[in-house]
Amino acid sequence: MLQGWVIAVTSFAYLGLLFAIAYYADKRADAGRSLIANPYIYALSLAVYATAWTFYGSVGRAASDGVGFLPIYIGPTLMIALWWLVMRKILRISKENRITSLADFIASRYGKSALLGGVVTVIAVVGILPYISLQLKAVSNSFTIVLQYPEIVMPAKVGAIPILQDTALWAALILALFTILFGTRHLYSAEHHEGMVAAIAFESLVKLLAFLAVGVFVTFGIYDGFGDVFSRAASDGALRPLLTPLEGLAGGYASWVWLTVLSMLAIMFLPRQFQVTVIENTDERHLNKAIWLFPLYMLAINVFVLPIAFGGRLHFPDGTVDADTFVLTLPMAEKQEWLALLVFIGGLSAATGMVIVETIALSTMVCNDLVMPVLLRLRSLRLNERADLTGLLLGIRRGSILLILLLGFLYFRLAGEAYALVSIGLISFAAVAQFAPAALGGIFWKDGTRRGALSGLLAGFAVWSYTLLLPALARSGWLPIGLLEHGPFGIALLKPLQLFGLSGLDQITHAMLWSMLANLGAYVLVSLLDSPSAEEHRQASLFVDVFKRSGDAPARFWRGTASATDLYNVLARFLGAEAADDTFRGYARRKGVPWPEQPLSADAEFVQHVETQLAGAIGAASARIMVASAVKEEALTLEEVRKILDEASQVVMYSHRLEQKSRELEAASAELRAANERLKELDRLKDDFVSTVSHELRTPLTSIRAFAEILLANPDVELTQRKQFVGIIVKETARLTRLINQVLDLAKLESGSAEWHVTRLDMRELVGDVLSGMSQVFTEKGIQVAAHLPDHVAPVSADLDRVIQVLLNLLSNAVKFCEPAQGRIEVTLVDTADWVRVEVRDNGSGIAAADQQFIFEKFRQAGDTLTGKPQGTGLGLPISRQIVEHLGGRLWVESHPGAGACFSFTLPALRQATPAALAAAT
Amino acid sequence: MGETERTGPRMTALCMLGCVLFNFPILALFNVPGTLFGVPLLYAYLFLAWALLIALMAWVVERRE
Repeated sequence: MLQGWVIAVTSFAYLGLLFAIAYYADKRADAGRSLIANPYIYALSLAVYATAWTFYGSVGRAASDGVGFLPIYIGPTLMIALWWLVMRKILRISKENRITSLADFIASRYGKSALLGGVVTVIAVVGILPYISLQLKAVSNSFTIVLQYPEIVMPAKVGAIPILQDTALWAALILALFTILFGTRHLYSAEHHEGMVAAIAFESLVKLLAFLAVGVFVTFGIYDGFGDVFSRAASDGALRPLLTPLEGLAGGYASWVWLTVLSMLAIMFLPRQFQVTVIENTDERHLNKAIWLFPLYMLAINVFVLPIAFGGRLHFPDGTVDADTFVLTLPMAEKQEWLALLVFIGGLSAATGMVIVETIALSTMVCNDLVMPVLLRLRSLRLNERADLTGLLLGIRRGSILLILLLGFLYFRLAGEAYALVSIGLISFAAVAQFAPAALGGIFWKDGTRRGALSGLLAGFAVWSYTLLLPALARSGWLPIGLLEHGPFGIALLKPLQLFGLSGLDQITHAMLWSMLANLGAYVLVSLLDSPSAEEHRQASLFVDVFKRSGDAPARFWRGTASATDLYNVLARFLGAEAADDTFRGYARRKGVPWPEQPLSADAEFVQHVETQLAGAIGAASARIMVASAVKEEALTLEEVRKILDEASQVVMYSHRLEQKSRELEAASAELRAANERLKELDRLKDDFVSTVSHELRTPLTSIRAFAEILLANPDVELTQRKQFVGIIVKETARLTRLINQVLDLAKLESGSAEWHVTRLDMRELVGDVLSGMSQVFTEKGIQVAAHLPDHVAPVSADLDRVIQVLLNLLSNAVKFCEPAQGRIEVTLVDTADWVRVEVRDNGSGIAAADQQFIFEKFRQAGDTLTGKPQGTGLGLPISRQIVEHLGGRLWVESHPGAGACFSFTLPALRQATPAALAAAT
Repeated sequence: MGETERTGPRMTALCMLGCVLFNFPILALFNVPGTLFGVPLLYAYLFLAWALLIALMAWVVERRE
């Protein structure tokens, strides 16, 4: 049933479908209705991380050491948690500088160095070759195996097959053709390949579904759920150690940790991950969803790895079936041919997705950062004079895609058999991890220099080659195996797998340790000893401070003379006339110049704009060379760059200061407003006071005048009546005098101009004197008075006359509100620790709670002032309170209506001062 | 706005939490015989802790707005 032609037709139909999706997405993008501009497609496209390694290799790894496959997915999850800080910054930098690849990113950061870009490209290509060969191996193996259905036969050794009959060669060629059709149909502006991204997202879905299908089939079809698989494994002597696998893991926990670190770096710096995460990103905000969706994808695709691995080992106990093929061979052994075909397609998805994105990313790097800078420098080619270079650029890219895949195939023939899938992939991971110090250091550390980055990369790459690439070639028989066993020239200290005698670690841990040490050490050391050039200084500042700068106009870093026509020609040569027109028109519109009727002035901003546009097509380093050749420019010195940067940061500082000043100003004006409100309130109170006083004065005046007029008009009034009238006049005059005295007194107290004669007073004596002075009044009204005076009371410091005034006031108030003949007044003296308190309690009508609030206000009296006759001036209590408070005490009232009132005031007690207190006082 | 500013530190804290959860000595606690719902303890722990970490990341990043 699964004849060769069925498989071949299905494979090509699937590739055709991918192409159709890509074509449709490209059309949509051209129409301005992007298919990929949503976070879900973005997250799925990130899942290009899961390759044939994940699809076939994880099971192979799990079958041999249990959990060893998991750090490859847990590491990225941990790294992605940091993406909020790291990846957002890389995204912003890349957008502002129109970065086209990882090599471009690093080259651009260190002064647009073409050399650095070239080195990164070479490391990336060499480092990724094993990874590409892994995909070819997976595709060709799975094809060979599924072709034998229903037999389960492992593929023959590679060396045994003539090269032209090797399916891997055909796979490489078909994939090259497919990738060329996909990624280099035309030159993309800013390297957005929307069609490719849509196809990759689709492939991510297919491989996930295929893997879940086979996982469900094995777990619930062949076995009876997770518990069944694991309990059978537990009863198998050979598998039991895999259930507590960490001791058995080669290198134990150290290996686990290093694998985690390695994959944390790989998720950032694999060229294809950089491509889909950074270059193909259409909107920074898509990152927010991807931050949890992508780890979720990795979790989902790993859930069934262990059941399949254990299922495979239980199913093929004799070890004749390679564990890397369990995903495929288990359905085949159960005669599930359609499932086997689905698995084959899933594996194909995983492999093709990786190969397409990886080779596109690498070919961009090879073209922009390796070939073009060299070609542009070769004057004999006269590239500068050619009218249109877009054809050349596409040619270089297509050629490099084919070359990379053929090199991958070559590696597969040379070294592919010696290792399992996962081990091959890890060699590539270790290679791209070498980019981490230069790239991460580049965005957080301004002092990293070009020479530092270059030294670090070269040192790390050298150690990687020696400890990982060399052993791989030696084990495949291309170099003498003695090199591994005895070291070069028999020097045991230089053995590639136990460098400097370090043993006991697995190969990857060992290589990572030494290469990272060399890389990071060289990067930091050389950077610290080096002094950066002007260009490096400026780029470092643009990268590290990207969030501080964005939004404002960029600092101008260019001086010289240029003509817009020259710049137009440069753009047209690389992007085509149409794109050059678009660029110019867009810029002119922003500046409000009617281009092309009116020429654009080629100032610094415009030159930089053109250079950034050009960098979007051919990379920063090449763009720098081209623009420099088209304009006359004067080199800026380091000092000048520093000055420009300082000016830019000063502007930011000034604006911060301005903001602060305006905030202070606002606060001050708010205070002024509040003060004004208070003044107005006081003014209103004063008016009220004046009108109340006038009113109070008019009442007695009116009655005095009325009686005086009566006496004037009627001289013959009887003597008794005349006496009565004159008596009233005298009484009202006295009241008037008292009122005026009190108003004056209050005014004096309030303004603080009253005279105070503070002396040492004995309150016992004072209360006794006042009570005996008033005894006449009490007797007249028939009021009983009781005084509760303790034997000893602490002296107070106060003004004698004023305290008497307060006490008289309180007592006469009490007399006023007591019923005659039934009244009872109690005066109590209390000595608390710090105060001497005087209480005057009566059994009068009491004061309502609402009235207690304002009886201490001027001219306010308790009770109904309209009907009840006034019983005083309404100034006594306010004056008393002023006095007590001036003397440092308090005056308050406690009362319930119908139960009398108790007025109390306190005065600070004079204690016998202790020596310590005296010392403190002086 | 305040929430967005705190997302960075929160995500960093989650990364640190992950580094502790998936490392010696916490892992060693679970690297012992025994099962949870029939799944060996270490595997059950790894997948549950992983799922928890992803859920926390989703929660932190989605509650910003």
